Amino acid sequence: MEDAELLDRLLGGDETAFTELVRRYHSTLVRVARYYVGTEVLAEDVAQDTWVAVVRGLERFERRSSFKTWLLRICANRARTTAVREHRTIPADPSPAVATVASRRFDEGGMWVDPPVPFTESVEFRSDSGALVTAVRAAISSLGEPQRSVVTLRDVEGLSSDDVASLLGLSVGNVRVILHRGRARVRDIVESSTKGNEQ
Amino acid sequence: MRWTAPPLVCREAVELVSDFLEGSLPRRERRRLERHLAACDACDAYLEQMRAVIAASGRVTADDLDPDVLEGLVTLFHQYQQES
Ligand SMILES: [Zn+2]
Repeated sequence: MEDAELLDRLLGGDETAFTELVRRYHSTLVRVARYYVGTEVLAEDVAQDTWVAVVRGLERFERRSSFKTWLLRICANRARTTAVREHRTIPADPSPAVATVASRRFDEGGMWVDPPVPFTESVEFRSDSGALVTAVRAAISSLGEPQRSVVTLRDVEGLSSDDVASLLGLSVGNVRVILHRGRARVRDIVESSTKGNEQ
Repeated sequence: MRWTAPPLVCREAVELVSDFLEGSLPRRERRRLERHLAACDACDAYLEQMRAVIAASGRVTADDLDPDVLEGLVTLFHQYQQES
């Protein structure tokens, strides 16, 4: 069922519409909040407060944006306020350019000496695509901020780069740079795990 | 005569792959990368790995919601229903 339809039901007081929206978006709210606040517990509080604010403000939602965008904005605003109260510094903008693939993988002329092999040809992922999802999930959770939030919101949640930028208070250019490094890191971790198993 | 950028080496090509998949590379850069990929199996494999990682990311499902959290939120929902 589309969010808009759930929203109509929610306005009519339908509890199951509410639980469905919570199931859909609660973990994304926690993710957005966690970018700003210091602990998982605080992020969970911000996410819960967001739902309260949503239920209270539902009649004022004008549907000029999608429900998801509106919801995530409320969450980001509340998380920012909490972060200011906690005197927390938000993870900084990208550091200067660094190579995302280890230099030992290339020769002096910049050509591969240890070329990558498609994951579809590796033993563990060839027969079981679920194994790749599991490996990617673990790799994403091991990322530091701001990479983890950017990769999660863009590639796991499927938000646009523009939405990710406005939710996290970054420029679109910085989102691209952070996304590039985060994805490259995930690829690297997943690739290492296949090599570890073959040796 | 038209100026053409020198061909990319692999070390440079891999740094463009994410932007290429985002569709955010300027046209000239995109062409340079496409020319390199057409001639380089290793970078093409790198691109495939990146595509596979992004596709798998999209299949990562949200953590299962703590039933207590859900229950607490439903209680709140009913409170606000009664208030309004
Ligand atoms: Zn190459």
